[in-house]
Amino acid sequence: MTKIVSNIWVATALAAAVLAAAATFPAAPVQAADTEVKIHNFAFAPQRTTVKAGTTVTWINEDDIPHTVTSSSKLFKSRALDTGDKFSFTFTTPGTYEYFCSLHPHMTGAVVVEAATGSGATQ
Amino acid sequence: MIFDHDDGRGVSRRKILECMTWAGTGVLWTIAGGTPRSMGIIGEAAAAEASGLTFLQISDSHVGFDKPANPNALGTLEEAVGKIKALRVKPSFIIHTGDITHLSKPSEFDDADRIISQARFDVHYVPGEHDVLDEEVKLYRDRYGRGTKGAGWYSFDANGVHFIGLVNVVDLKAGSLGNLGNEQLEWLEDDLKGRTASTPIVVFAHIPLWSVYPAWGWGTEDAARALDYLKRFGSVTVLNGHIHQIMQKVEGNVTFHTAMSTAFPQPAPGTAPSPGPLKVADDKLRSLLGVTDVTFRRGQQRLAIIDQPLQR
Repeated sequence: MTKIVSNIWVATALAAAVLAAAATFPAAPVQAADTEVKIHNFAFAPQRTTVKAGTTVTWINEDDIPHTVTSSSKLFKSRALDTGDKFSFTFTTPGTYEYFCSLHPHMTGAVVVEAATGSGATQ
Repeated sequence: MIFDHDDGRGVSRRKILECMTWAGTGVLWTIAGGTPRSMGIIGEAAAAEASGLTFLQISDSHVGFDKPANPNALGTLEEAVGKIKALRVKPSFIIHTGDITHLSKPSEFDDADRIISQARFDVHYVPGEHDVLDEEVKLYRDRYGRGTKGAGWYSFDANGVHFIGLVNVVDLKAGSLGNLGNEQLEWLEDDLKGRTASTPIVVFAHIPLWSVYPAWGWGTEDAARALDYLKRFGSVTVLNGHIHQIMQKVEGNVTFHTAMSTAFPQPAPGTAPSPGPLKVADDKLRSLLGVTDVTFRRGQQRLAIIDQPLQR
């Protein structure tokens, strides 16, 4: 799963480089850089995801029971997400962001944010 | 049918499991000195328990739930209330061990009140995690918080039995289980001070106060401290919900019991990928939903627990 996310990022980074080189090139869809975390069977999947700074992570609840996405450092907290509900947060600063479901706290996850100028980006 | 589980050395795991199997079909539990004896099926039990304090436990009504496991949770709550109204032995009151609503919506609380009030009994509530989805726990406390402390804990006495309603669904910590918290535990210690060890105690809270299955979050992180305060009492009964199935455990003088939901069943620990709602055949659903009837007989220190499914 991490590999897929990484590949998406590489593709997005290349698109961004092309966009920077040719101003007339049609705008690349912004959401291409975004990533999704599913909430399924009382677990976050992937439980740990690595993204570049500036990425918007969207959680979607696929369970028949509500869950929340709650930052352990209180940086973000979703409302209770019913079945099919989504919550998004954009990570701008590198670091490791632990989170959990405040209703079922045994459900934990983490978003690892790397600098946007890291190995995936083309300078 | 009579089972006697008092072998003088406590109750074996095999026998507990045997009783659990029967509990779902209506076995009467009589508790004497901390040792449970199952005395017979509901029909005999109701007739035998005509005196003393009787109260009902109702749990996990999840009003608003409409998913495949039960598209009409309000309807099955109404059926449960209908069953309560038809009881031959009238309870003194009802306790609701939380998850009144599914999403803490005002309309869900209103619907729950409308149905449960039809039983015409006093109801003592504690919240489940589904009732405190608003940050301030305002919706729950506005309705049920009068005379309570903190997020809604309290105690009261009835017929010489001391009842304690605890809240273990707020301020939950990452990677942890249910949580009572220091403030509530200090209150509990103080509440029990000065009470004689012969006072029968009934504790009720949403999440089990024993470690049923921590991998699914079925336990309370700091319950050991509460149980430490309770250990000097000769008769302690702990009633919980949350796991939507009957389970019982006896540890010393403490009997732990979890009730069925009135909304939907959940799988037995570890038998499914997650504790999510269990979809069963339509004609089986009502055999897995129900209420719990508890009787205390003065002078005999006995407390009987009968689980009554909506349909046998």
